[in-house]
Amino acid sequence: MNKQMTEVKFDEEGFLINHTDWTEELAKTIADSEEIYDLSQRHFEVIYIIRDEYTLNGEAPTLRRLTKVHGFPTKELYQLFPGGPGKKAAKIAGVKKPHGCI
Amino acid sequence: MKKKQLLILGGGTSGNIFSHRFPKELNMNEWDITVVDKSPIHYYQPGFLFIPFGIYKPEDVVKNKSDLLHPKVNRIFSEIDRILPNENIVRLIDGIQLRYDYLIIGTGVNIAPDEVDGMKGELWGREVLDFYTYDGAVALQMAMKNFRGGNLVIHVTEMPIKCPVAPLEFAFLSDDYFKRIGIRADTHIHYVTPLSGAFTKEEASSVFGNLLNEKNIHIHTEFNIAAVDNKSKEIISWDNRKIPFDLLVTVPTNMGSEMIKRSGIGDELNLIPTNPNTLKANHFDNIFVGGDASDIPTSKAGSVIHFQSEVIIRNLLALINDRPMQAEYHGHSNCFIETGNQKAILIDFDYQNDPTIGKFPIPSIGPLSLLKETRLNHLGKMAFKWIYWSRIIRGKDIPFTS
Repeated sequence: MNKQMTEVKFDEEGFLINHTDWTEELAKTIADSEEIYDLSQRHFEVIYIIRDEYTLNGEAPTLRRLTKVHGFPTKELYQLFPGGPGKKAAKIAGVKKPHGCI
Repeated sequence: MKKKQLLILGGGTSGNIFSHRFPKELNMNEWDITVVDKSPIHYYQPGFLFIPFGIYKPEDVVKNKSDLLHPKVNRIFSEIDRILPNENIVRLIDGIQLRYDYLIIGTGVNIAPDEVDGMKGELWGREVLDFYTYDGAVALQMAMKNFRGGNLVIHVTEMPIKCPVAPLEFAFLSDDYFKRIGIRADTHIHYVTPLSGAFTKEEASSVFGNLLNEKNIHIHTEFNIAAVDNKSKEIISWDNRKIPFDLLVTVPTNMGSEMIKRSGIGDELNLIPTNPNTLKANHFDNIFVGGDASDIPTSKAGSVIHFQSEVIIRNLLALINDRPMQAEYHGHSNCFIETGNQKAILIDFDYQNDPTIGKFPIPSIGPLSLLKETRLNHLGKMAFKWIYWSRIIRGKDIPFTS
């Protein structure tokens, strides 16, 4: 059964603390708060790739990885997640914020 | 008896350090050590930053690799075609095959301006320039000389890049330079970054952000470039923000060697997946990766390979002697950040600890201030060139090693 929103913990920037708390319903709620009101199947394709990569590598994929390895055109990613697909998509996918390298 | 082969790809900072250290660690009657690099010239890359401002002359940053590498080490100057890691062979571009028992890859990263639409267009080399190559830095000196005011845009394409503070330093030094030649009032300096602040690490980011403010440098964050428009002279982001430039100083995407791509052992940036602690390549038992060529989450900077080299040497010797690898790298990195007006900031950090304000003890020089602008740090930065040529690439200790 889905956890209630009140039981789920977020960090100060709104990233889910525990990625296993994530559900598709929760994704919709987070997306709403990011002003993305209609999660399409294409959104979920990106989201599931991010979750798979996170499980595999412990980190959300970079924008470059989403485009070069997974074949999503950059332009489309910006249309799907306006204002910063790397960060926003990771947030909606319920994984930790991708840290820019130093 | 056939000698065993230690092959070192890349004769940069990493290759030089190993060329000086391994002859002392290995029995040279049993081992051949060979360094392969495509170019016989070694550049002091931290010096590129100073060329556009006339602080260094181009000849200050150039030496022959042959004069720097250890005399007991073989050197081959040739383009590498590829590594055949399952056969323990490196193939050169002319077909010659080099067998190895152990391989160290230190082939670094290069700029890839072709990754952005229009970056290498008609303005490239004249009004769109880089300072991460010798040719770029020299051409940029001319462009700075001819600059008569307007918009100077300093731009970072995407992370990771070599020496992530260098574009900030370029902004600070530009402010200084334009004041000195009397056109600061006619010049807008813009700092454009894909990051959400001036730097990746929080406390450092706020210190640098304040400095940019103080110096009246406009910062544009989360700018992911889609194209350089050579006609309208603007950079355009994927979310359609536009910034006009009269001179664009860009740090293009940094990518590992094409040779890594041809070998099929790199990621989407041609960086080699590497264990962040042992520094051994994840998928190969007799390959280590030093410096910028790996994918580990630390800065791409000369100080990093200095700190890594001891770990690679000890772990490689352990493997040779059938012992478990015990040396671990913890991400130690440090660098001076030139802030203009003959001052600099020193930062020091590792995987766990972000740069903070404090003191850095240096025997014989005294404590340098961390994350604070001081004149002494500037002298440290300037002394670094001497330390680099005479100690770092010869694999010797440096005063900054605590």
